[in-house]
Parts: sequence; C-alpha cells; structure tokens
Amino acid sequence: MSILSIIGIIFIIGGLFFFFTATVGLIRMPDYYCRMQTTGKGDTLGAVLSLIGLSIYNLDGGLSLPNVLLSIKLLFIGFFIFVANPTATHAITKAGFECSIDPWVKRKEVKE
Amino acid sequence: MINFFIFIGMILGFLIMVCLYRAITGPTVLDRIISVSVIGTKTIIILLLIGFIYQRVDMFIDISMGYAILNFIGTIVASKFFYSRKSIVPGSKQLADKEVSQ
Repeated sequence: MSILSIIGIIFIIGGLFFFFTATVGLIRMPDYYCRMQTTGKGDTLGAVLSLIGLSIYNLDGGLSLPNVLLSIKLLFIGFFIFVANPTATHAITKAGFECSIDPWVKRKEVKE
Repeated sequence: MINFFIFIGMILGFLIMVCLYRAITGPTVLDRIISVSVIGTKTIIILLLIGFIYQRVDMFIDISMGYAILNFIGTIVASKFFYSRKSIVPGSKQLADKEVSQ
C-alpha cells in the first residue's frame, strides 16, 4: 500500500464523516431552514472530499494518460457538485420562504 | 482495498436508509425534495465505488456525471415551480391569497 492510497483513504473517511453529520442534521434538526443549512453544507463537503480521495487513489495505478484523464474527470464532477449543490439548496430554501413556511421559535409549542 | 470500498458502500447505504425516513414522513413537500437530493448525492459516490470494485471506472464515471446533472436539474425545477406557486398546500390556498390581495 503506497502513500497515495493512504492519503486517498484519509480523504474518503473525512468525506464519510461529513455525510454522517449531514444525515444527522437532516433527521434531528427541528425546522425546515435548519435542515436546509445542514444538508447544503455537509453534503457538499462530503461529496467533494470523497471525490478528491477517489481521484488521488486512482493515481496509484500509474501515471499513464488514461489514469490522469480519469482523475481530472473525477475532479470535474467534484467541481460541478461544489457549484451546483449550494445553488440548488439556496433556490429551494427561497421557494420555501416564498411559500411562507413558519420558522421554528423557541417559546412556541412544538407543532409537529 | 476492495474490502475497504465495500465497507464504505455499506455505510453509505445505511445512511441512505436513514435519509429515507425524512423522505417518507417529511412534514412538508420541500423536505421530501431535499431528502431525495441528499440521497442522489450519496448515490453518485456509491456508483463510483462500484466502478472501483469492478475495475471499470471509465464506464461508471459517465453514469455518475449524468446522475449529478439530473439531480441538480430536478431540484431546480421543483424549486422554480414552488417559487411561482407560492403555496405548498394543495387546493385553494392560492386562490384565497389572491382574493385577499385584491
């Protein structure tokens, strides 16, 4: 197991940690807007870290041209998710704000 | 190394099962939409892991790229629909709001 594999494994485990925090936030947060915040951040960071880890691990098989192109393609998917996922979260949060969903207030009784 | 990838894929599958709870019993429609979007992001990583397990990454990477683009477009279309509708309750709430504003 070379040094590139170990670096890739560390990145993938970091991405898995952020996926886990995004899922816990999606389940446990009390409000629509809080859920949007946790999923928009945690999911994007988890996916980007996992893709960086996979592209580093892919370079372990040798520095030939198809391998390098494959790693660049993986990084391109990561860049696309890095741009697109917060945009989608922002758009759907603004749609929810236009639909006048009530934010969670501490003093009120819990509705659902 | 293949065992490590299978282990990561199993953990991601378990997290997808947990996200499915929010997709089934979400209080509003938008919660369900964002939950499906989260599941799609995890599915991209699982597809790439399957490619690494079968040593065919060059085929699976195109599938995952198409999945990412479709996921983004689906969420954007749903949010545009609800942005112009201004109501998540099905039925006559939109008409009642129009009458009040007039």
